[in-house]
Order: sequence, then structure tokens, then C-alpha cells
Amino acid sequence: MANALVFIDNPGAALKKSSLELLTLARSLGETAVAFTGELTDDVAATLGAYGATTVYRPSTDELDKYLVGPKAAYLAAAAGASGATAVLLDNSPEGKEIAGRLGIKLNAGVITDVVGVEPDGTAHKSVLAGSYNTSAKATTPVTVFSVKANNVEPSPAGEAKVPATTTVEVPADAVAASARISARAEKPVSGRPDLSEARIVVAGGRGVDGDFGPLEELADALGAAVGASRAATDAGWIGHDAQVGQTGVTVSPQLYISAGISGAIQQKAGMQTSKVIVAVNKDAESPVFEIADYGIIGDLFKVIPQATAEIKKRKG
Amino acid sequence: MEETLKIVVLVKHVPDAQFDRHITGPANTTDREESILSELDEYALEAALQLAEERGGPKAGNEVIALSMGPAGAVNAVKKSLQIGAYSGVHLSDDALAGSDAAATSLALAAAIRHLSADGRPVDLVLTGMASTDGETSLIPAQLAERLSLPQVTFASSLEIAGGQVTARRDAGPYSETVEAPLPAVVSVTDQINEPRYPNFKGILAAKKKKITSLTLSDIGVEASQVGLAGSWTVVESAEARPPRTAGTIITDEGDAGIKLVDFLAAQKLL
Ligand SMILES: Cc1cc2nc3c(=O)[nH]c(=O)nc-3n(C[C@H](O)[C@H](O)[C@H](O)COP(=O)(O)OP(=O)(O)OC[C@H]3O[C@@H](n4cnc5c(N)ncnc54)[C@H](O)[C@@H]3O)c2cc1C
Ligand SMILES: Nc1ncnc2c1ncn2[C@@H]1O[C@H](COP(=O)(O)O)[C@@H](O)[C@H]1O
Repeated sequence: MANALVFIDNPGAALKKSSLELLTLARSLGETAVAFTGELTDDVAATLGAYGATTVYRPSTDELDKYLVGPKAAYLAAAAGASGATAVLLDNSPEGKEIAGRLGIKLNAGVITDVVGVEPDGTAHKSVLAGSYNTSAKATTPVTVFSVKANNVEPSPAGEAKVPATTTVEVPADAVAASARISARAEKPVSGRPDLSEARIVVAGGRGVDGDFGPLEELADALGAAVGASRAATDAGWIGHDAQVGQTGVTVSPQLYISAGISGAIQQKAGMQTSKVIVAVNKDAESPVFEIADYGIIGDLFKVIPQATAEIKKRKG
Repeated sequence: MEETLKIVVLVKHVPDAQFDRHITGPANTTDREESILSELDEYALEAALQLAEERGGPKAGNEVIALSMGPAGAVNAVKKSLQIGAYSGVHLSDDALAGSDAAATSLALAAAIRHLSADGRPVDLVLTGMASTDGETSLIPAQLAERLSLPQVTFASSLEIAGGQVTARRDAGPYSETVEAPLPAVVSVTDQINEPRYPNFKGILAAKKKKITSLTLSDIGVEASQVGLAGSWTVVESAEARPPRTAGTIITDEGDAGIKLVDFLAAQKLL
């Protein structure tokens, strides 16, 4: 049987949904071990067991967080060696992809990023060219490294919970050589709304909101949605850069994307056109966003959006 | 006066996203017919030019070398970079490179960078875009750092070099970080870092006199079997065009569009 290794980096007090997705996917590929960093609480250990992890590897040093990418890749390579994994799974964050890239070179392993599904034989599915093609790809090497996008696997615990063995992995002494050091780190402010990349519904605004995200935030809260933006809106400083959806921002694939006051430039579409349902509100009938909208409203967002919010609140009582 | 720098900027020739892009051929590779300089690499070039200009430009001994790996047409990405302001260009091209995945591409680019260091003056800084606009994997900068055993400073949204040390701001993850590394280093920059300049008439004329060096695999000491489809560690087994999204219902607001929107959401069971 094949072995799978899941990288879980500093989860804090509880595992993120995307980690549960990785564990669920890993189990379909083989016996699952976890390469863990950070504090392993009893709760987290129990969840790892419940999701079928048989072994939890931990690094011999707590210095990894002080450096960018390289040392984590060195640790993960050592854990992959110890576990005999033929599939290594990471999340698809910028750092996850970079660790995957370096790990691939260390292990002589093919790397497949932006994965939405993996078959038991190691064939991975992903979409490319801004969602215009669905491809399947496979590594030709004994080991494959996958970085897996969130929200593509239904997390489910293993039939039988395990009590994982914990093993320390020696991080090579030279792992931090030739690595960039992180000299300061500040947590970004959190909004209290769902995480943009994982949200079921996204309400996004562009230059048309003209500095006032208030109406969109009210609609988002009525729907339990995350708030996104075009680059025109983030560049103007109306909302943080983390809210940017698109080629150089976050890629989202929610059940519902509501676009308001956004023209629908190619770089914006690159980040949202695989959304299940797209609604667009724009006062210009010629806006390209209407070419991809399932439901388009030609109108003023300052009239349409508050009216919709009021109606939702009324119906939800 | 700051020390001068020898900077290699990696520029990729990519299919223009303004047109429909296609995957073709037995190896499911991207059709490069209508290609341009990847717009995200313009930020790397701008960062390089600013660093070199702060240090007195070419006259003071700074180098800004635009390096592109790709088929014959990719020389256009090098030419465009020269028009924008790069001081010299390098085009790495070889039939055996066709179909290279990230592992094979990073192997070839690493060898080319070593080759450019072999003239007696080592490269101080490799600058890249945050992602290529066709592959979008962001693997190359990390894999280059691994292959060259250099520090990686990636997704820089600001960048400073002083006293042989790179300091950058990185906002890519859940944190906002300050990252430091000694030179030489591999640095990728985001589109937040600067406002790239456009080529002007003078630049276009000046570019004609700038040198473009053509390199093949034998120049950089790489075997054909290490790159291309033969040297790649992944294969694309199939590629299927997604049916393009089609427009749905479009209405004009007559005072009740907000209500109609909620009706639509309810009908789609999205409330
Ligand atoms: C390298 C690069 C990377 C980029 N990356 C991204 C990216 O990741 N994400 C991104 O979004 N963009 C990105 N862009 C920018 C992109 O090209 C567009 O410039 C941007 O998406 C435009 O934002 P917008 O639609 O909000 O603004 P505009 O194009 O100005 O559109 C504003 C729209 O609002 C409408 N409007 C105005 N007032 C109202 C009103 N009261 N009610 C209803 N509608 C109204 C207008 O009709 C118009 O269609 C990138 C560009 C480059 C060069
Ligand atoms: N064939 C290539 N030639 C030159 N530079 C490249 C090439 N491929 C990737 N790069 C560089 O690596 C960066 C990241 O690309 P990628 O890893 O493909 O997303 C790009 O922005 C370029 O700077």
C-alpha cells in the first residue's frame, strides 16, 4: 500500500478545514502520516487520529518559523524520507506551493500545484489558463508532491480513529543555511467574516463602490459572505489588499459570487470565473462582466444592493 | 556610494491573456502563437532598473540582464525588456527544451544563471515575477533558490538592498512579514512593488544597439535528457477546454431589481 504524508504547518488550537480536507484526501491514497510543525495540542492530536493519521512527525527544532520556506522544505523532505511516502500533500497557499516546489527538487519528485482532486493512482486534476481548461497530470517520479486547493474535498473522519504515534524528525543541521530570515511578523487584522478563499458566498466590489464598501458589507453579513474586491478598489485603499480577487490576488470558487461595480477585466475574471453562480450589478450594459454573469442587473449598485439586503433580512425574518 | 549590482531579471514569453489561450499537441502544451512579455515580469524588471539606477546605472558598472528561456519567439520578451530599459539580454533556446515542466525549467535557468556568473563577475541578484501568467505556479523562484543554494525572498511587495543585504516585505500569507537575506539571493516581486515604466521612443531606438546573447544547452552544460519532456517529472495526460461561460439572464433595474435578485437567489437555493 502507498503511503501519504500531509504537511500541517502551525495550525494553532484547531485544525483548519483545509487541513481536514488534505487528511481526507490522503487517506484515499494510502496510510497517512502527518508532518507537523508548531504546538501539538491534545485536541489537535485527537483530530489527527480521528482523521486516520497513524504517525505524527515533529521537527527536532522550533527554529523553522524564523526562516522563509527553505528550512520547512528540508524538514518535510526528512519526514518524507522517514515515512516512505509516495504522495506528499500540502495546502495551496503561496507558502505551501513554494515548500512543495523546493521539496520536489530535494526528493526528485514531480510537483503538481492547484490540484482539485487526486485519483488513487496519483493522477491529479486541476484547471489551468484562468479556468479555461481542465487538465489531468501525473508525476513520472516515484514520489509526487501535490498542493491542493481548498474546498474540493468533503472532510470526513476515518471509520476507525487512530492514536497516532509521535516521532521526532531530525532537521538537517544545514537546513537554515542560505535561507532568508523573517525579522518581523505581524498578524493581519481579521474581519470576523468568513475567509475569502474558503467562503461559500463572496460579495465583491470595484471602482464603482466609489470608496464606500458599507452597502456591500451589509449584504455580505446578511448572506454570511466574505467581502472581495477588484484591484481598482484595493489600489485606491478603500479595502485591504488581502480582499483582492484575481490574477494577483485570491482565486475564489464559491457557490455564489456577487460582483458589484466591477467591469470584469481579464485579471479579475482569472480569479472568479470558476464560481458556481455569478451575479453582476453594473450600470454599464457593455461591461464584460455581463458576458459571464448568470444573473446580470444593469443598474446602480447603491440602489440595487441595499434593496436586496433589506429584502433578504425581511425574508429571513 | 552603494556597491554596484549585477542583476539577472527572468522574463517569460507567455500567451497574451487578452486572446483565447489554447492547449495543443500530443504533450498538451500551451500554444505560444500570440505571446507577449509576461506582465508580472515587468514589475521585476522595474525593480531591477530602480536598484541599478540608484547605484549610478550602467556607467557605474551595474548590470541588468534580461534572461528568457523559450522557443525562437521568446526573443521578443528579451527585446521588449531591452526597450523598457534592461541593459543586455540573453535568450536560452534549444529544441530539447520544449515541454519542460517547472523542474526542468528551473534546472535550465539555474544552469544559465551559473553560466552568467562564470565571466568573473558573479550574479548578485536574480529577480523574477511573482508567477508566470500562463503557468501561474510560482514554483520557479523557489526551485531556483533550491537549485542554486541561495536564499529565497519571494512575493516581495517592497525591496531594499544595502550593505549586501536584501530586506523585503512579504504579505503573501496570513502575516505581514519583514524578510532579510544576504546577497546573492533569488527575489520574486508582486505587482504591489512599483509602477512599471513603458518603453518610450528613445528606449525603443536604444534597444536596437543593445546586445542579445543566444545560449543553447551545450553553452550552459545541460544534457538534452535533463530537460524538455524527457527531463520533466510531470506529464499532462489530458486537457479539455471548459465550455466558456455563457451569459444568463440580464435585466435592467426598474426600481425592483434588488427584490428580483433575491427571488433569483431563492430559486437557486442560495439564501
Ligand atoms: C499585472 C496586473 C495584475 C492585475 N491583477 C488584478 C487582480 O488580481 N484583480 C483585479 O480585479 N484586477 C487586476 N488587475 C486590474 C484589472 O486590469 C482592472 O484594471 C481592474 O480589475 C478594474 O477594476 P474595476 O472593475 O473595479 O474598475 P473599472 O474597470 O473602472 O470598472 C468599474 C465599473 O463600475 C461600474 N460602476 C461605476 N459606478 C457604478 C454604480 N454606482 N453602480 C454600478 N456600477 C457602477 C462601471 O460601469 C464600471 O464597469 C491587474 C492589472 C494588471 C496590469
Ligand atoms: N521560461 C522562462 N524564462 C524566463 N523566466 C521564467 C521562465 N519561466 C518562469 N520564469 C520566471 O519565474 C517567474 C515565476 O514563474 P512560474 O513559477 O512559472 O509561475 C516568472 O515571473 C518569471 O520571472
